Amino acid sequence: MRITTTVNGEQRQVDDVWEGESLLYVLRERMALPGSKNACEQGECGACTVYLDHVPVCACLVAAGQADGREIVTVEGLQVEGELHPVQRAFVEAGAVQCGFCTPGLVVATHDLLERSGQPSDPEIREALAGNLCRCTGYEKILDAVHLAADRLSTSEKQ
Amino acid sequence: MTTVIARPESHTKVIGGRVGDSPQRPDGNLKVRGEFAYSSDLWMEGMLWGVTLRSPHPYARIRSIDIGPALATPGVSAVLTHEDVPGEKLYGMDIADQPVLAIDVVRYQGEPVALVAANHPEVARQAAKKIRVDYEVYEPVTDPIEALGHPGWNPGQHSTAPVVQVVELNAERARLHPNGNLVRHLKIRKGDPAPVADVVVVGEYEVGMQDQAFLGPESGLAFPAEDGGVELHVATQWLHSDQQQMCLALGLPPEKVRLTLAGVGGAFGGREDLSMHVHACLLTLHTGKPVKMVYHREESFFGHVHRHPATMRYEHGATGDGVLVYVKAAIYLDGGAYTSSTPAVVANAGTLGIGPYVVPNVQVDCFGSYTNNPPCGAMRGFGAVQVAFAYEAQMDRLAAELGMDPVELRCRNAMTEGAQAPTGQVIDSAAPVEELLRRVQSMPMPAEHPAAGDTDLRALPGGVSNVTHGESVVRGVGYAVTYKNIGFSEGFDDYSTARVRLEVVNGEPTVTVHTAAAEVGQGLVTVEQQIARTELAVDRVVVHGKDTRVGSGGSTSASRQTYVTGGAVKAACEKVRDVLLGMARRQLGHTIAGLRLDDGKVVSDGEGVVAAIADVLGDRVIEETLQWRHRPTEPIDPETGQGFAHVQYAFSAHRAVVDVDVELGLVKVVALDCAQDVGKAINPEAVVGQIQGGSAQGLGLAIMEEVIVTGGMIRNPSFTDYLLPTMLDMPPMKIAVLEYADPHAPYGLRGVGEPPTISSGPAVAAAIRQAVGKPLSRVPIRPEHITGT
Amino acid sequence: MDFLRPDSWADALAAKAEHPDAVPIAGGTDVMVELNFDRRRPAALLDLTRVDDLSQWYQQDGLVRLGAGVTFARLISELGDQLPGLAMASRTVGSPQIRNRGTVGGNLGTASPAGDAHPALLAAGAEVEVESVRGSRRMPVSDFYVGVKRNALEPDELIRAVWIAPATGPQQYSKIGTRNAMVIAVCAFGLALHPSRKTVGTGIGSAAPTPRVAAQAGTFAANALEEAGLWESRGELPPSLAQEFAEQVQAAASPIDDIRGSAAYRLLSLSVMARRCLVWAWTDYRKAA
Repeated sequence: MRITTTVNGEQRQVDDVWEGESLLYVLRERMALPGSKNACEQGECGACTVYLDHVPVCACLVAAGQADGREIVTVEGLQVEGELHPVQRAFVEAGAVQCGFCTPGLVVATHDLLERSGQPSDPEIREALAGNLCRCTGYEKILDAVHLAADRLSTSEKQ
Repeated sequence: MTTVIARPESHTKVIGGRVGDSPQRPDGNLKVRGEFAYSSDLWMEGMLWGVTLRSPHPYARIRSIDIGPALATPGVSAVLTHEDVPGEKLYGMDIADQPVLAIDVVRYQGEPVALVAANHPEVARQAAKKIRVDYEVYEPVTDPIEALGHPGWNPGQHSTAPVVQVVELNAERARLHPNGNLVRHLKIRKGDPAPVADVVVVGEYEVGMQDQAFLGPESGLAFPAEDGGVELHVATQWLHSDQQQMCLALGLPPEKVRLTLAGVGGAFGGREDLSMHVHACLLTLHTGKPVKMVYHREESFFGHVHRHPATMRYEHGATGDGVLVYVKAAIYLDGGAYTSSTPAVVANAGTLGIGPYVVPNVQVDCFGSYTNNPPCGAMRGFGAVQVAFAYEAQMDRLAAELGMDPVELRCRNAMTEGAQAPTGQVIDSAAPVEELLRRVQSMPMPAEHPAAGDTDLRALPGGVSNVTHGESVVRGVGYAVTYKNIGFSEGFDDYSTARVRLEVVNGEPTVTVHTAAAEVGQGLVTVEQQIARTELAVDRVVVHGKDTRVGSGGSTSASRQTYVTGGAVKAACEKVRDVLLGMARRQLGHTIAGLRLDDGKVVSDGEGVVAAIADVLGDRVIEETLQWRHRPTEPIDPETGQGFAHVQYAFSAHRAVVDVDVELGLVKVVALDCAQDVGKAINPEAVVGQIQGGSAQGLGLAIMEEVIVTGGMIRNPSFTDYLLPTMLDMPPMKIAVLEYADPHAPYGLRGVGEPPTISSGPAVAAAIRQAVGKPLSRVPIRPEHITGT
Repeated sequence: MDFLRPDSWADALAAKAEHPDAVPIAGGTDVMVELNFDRRRPAALLDLTRVDDLSQWYQQDGLVRLGAGVTFARLISELGDQLPGLAMASRTVGSPQIRNRGTVGGNLGTASPAGDAHPALLAAGAEVEVESVRGSRRMPVSDFYVGVKRNALEPDELIRAVWIAPATGPQQYSKIGTRNAMVIAVCAFGLALHPSRKTVGTGIGSAAPTPRVAAQAGTFAANALEEAGLWESRGELPPSLAQEFAEQVQAAASPIDDIRGSAAYRLLSLSVMARRCLVWAWTDYRKAA
């Protein structure tokens, strides 16, 4: 099966895709985009979160064929002109990255949250990120990172 | 002594950063960009995919294996069985009793039987299903107490013919296990063998099987080398232990088995044993092509050891004033099918088994058994977690019996510096048990739970699942305190190796630090940089990739890396510094007293700046490699358990606040606060992060995490039904970090990672008991337990 | 494995008729898990995400026609007023990522007794519309579940839409789980008051081989409310009424013991949820006056 899709702004085409592959497998093993992570492959951890037509989804639950003709943005596509996106920078600065395996999915989910809600409260953040498991941090510094990113994004918007 | 409370106001980080600062981790940028290469991200031209065929039965004899149809499948390059293992067929960290690939018997569900390499994982998977294994299924041994012949809690009955004996047709294994189903029996006998006390409290407790559930799956990439050897990039906790075991199995010398640490997605003990290491190498050597192996989550549950489930009976005796007179404990740990690290887990559970309390008379019997249950081994806390549930529950029961406040009772019996552990070892540095308890006790309490009515569901048990609007919600508060040994014990030669190199690169003095110590997310790479910057007064520090080209860094476990590898890096830097200062002296041509390094310069107290490091070095390179050990420990006496077993102890205390819907038995942990003594916080932010992460794992064990095993079969090998706490389940956590230096350790530091995993769960359990008013002696606590259904 | 990608509903029906073994996939939250873990290898996958008709909802004949492919996320944001019970159920589904893909059609297709939408669909008295090249048919959702993970679809049929009356009275939904997100229901309960018809709708999840209505309980409650003139007076709900209702809901269930919960716990928690949901719904009903 051939899949043609736009990934991080680039047209990508891959051939010989087995019909049972997930979008996650295609990204990681065929498109050299291993940023989205294979922690569970059952939609229970959010480590594979990507944007599919502007909506955050688990790439492990998208069949490869379903991505054909669609637009995908992965964590590798979030940088702004080669610089870390404020969400990415906030995660590093707030100490929210330990092993980092959950980080790409959280960065995408946080990116989406802050696009929709500029200054979310703690309960809002927790509900929005409840689909992203982290085994290292206990989530506290992730909360810090989200608040830090929200502050910075709102400041830069005002400028 | 300083205190750090979570949520610092400033997020400004020093790029650079010495011991005591909180610089950004050097791999952070790569990780947030998704460009950090984990073991499952690796790729190589022409690589094949390897998959493992595993036993569906917990106990069976293999009559035959037919690989023909599998091998004939298009796209398949190799199908291997035990016959293809060129070296030793059995491996293990302690006792080599575990088959690389099953030979004539499988002893746990999921035991590896055969391997397939193919050009696509799906091809390999489907081919593996064509391998015909003829099993003769046996009834599995599943009760760890019965397996020892101790029915009805008869630890005194040491039967040489256990009631249920694993039927062994493998003479090799019988030779390895002369004690039948007993892995180890640890005894502590201290003081009066028949003590009496005014008040006696007896309790039986159970701790279910927890899983490390690291997010990065078992994975790696192996490829053949031109010299007939093999290279393996893998996520692991101890490169050299892996290498040693791989050499034996592959029949190759260490020079020909080269390991590189790939990015590790968490470990928590679950990567201490081999997983796909030998398998991938067998396939790569057989096919001549690179081979990648990645377990998916279901396979992962069978692919690594779990935390030992425990059954425990405790008896506490105290005076009417609440002074502990004696503690007796019988602890059974189910080790599952193979030895793994069970002997050491038994030792930890036993020697730490009464908690951080002064007790003159102690009798502990801790047993590890073989069964056909999933193999158990290292998980953060390593035996201390299980016993802490028991002894802290006992302390609460005793307090209730005495009509005493639970914190007061603990303080009354708390260890202090100079106290004697049950092993007779004197605690030779700070042991601030009382202070830790008082700290968490005095932290502000969270707001009261909302009264019934119109409220934000997210503040209530059940959250948006809408089970209560405040009805039947009762608050409970619980405390727990614990201690954990840091480092490897009982006389183990515990060391790490560091190679430190100083040279000028582009005009700037640059340090390269090379250790084999595994970074698994805890921030060791940052610590290595911080130590090098501190000791050599140079900002630019490069952490070399970790591999077997430098000597062993020891295991990333036992909360030991900052201590031991940090110690090695520090010592190697000191040697480099000595050489550098010697160079400086010779260049000066005259003696200056008190030369030292500061901010890129050689300085002296008398003359100020003497020279820039770069100028002293010129184009020369200083490189030092050394092994560093902590002070030695001793084996303990096999009859009394007495001896200098542990090199360091670390203490932590938690307070948990829970809201329980007592009608439905649903729990919301509202706050989980911790005070911990870390000796010296090398990186305060990272320390807080470790404490919060450890607390989450303790909470998980207390209320939701269990690998459910019935008849030797795992019933929930999936994140659907093995539940990890989500962000909606974790509460805010206030952390107080105390720094009482350990004079025997570099910078006075104490290991950090494990204590918070140990005291957190018992605090949550205690809080639930208070809310519910029931003994609740099993964790994880389920709604059925609370509601009596 | 074939991957079929119809662009229209007609093409989808034709494809299913031609490939009766094809497994329909929309959100993939059930199907992809089975594929990823090699639990299933269908001869063909039938991708429904390009069929626009399925992702639409509109009002018709006084009902909401909910396309089988409308995601739970859109249900929450677009239909929270008209279908409050279903929106509450949707909020308990998985995670934001799952809600962005999962659908009511998928819940129905899988027909697990634990599907989050089912108790709300039952309480609301929804109808399922299925279609094949042979024609279209509608049935009460309670007739759609025929066994454990088995539904009433013929091999050539696909689920097109669900038809639900917009709420005319308060609705509630409650789900028991041992974690606050991403949890399969230990058991669940849906409730809908229909004051215009003076009926009480119910739905039980994860406590029987299929999702199930607590018919007797609903009838009891409706009659008791009528006898006491409460529909009109909106007076206080007698605790005994709520208690009896709860016991009858419990009596309608036949749960099992499994790794997620014991049968006894399911019965207990069902009765607690039923009682509380009725009390909450009635409180809302009184406030609406």
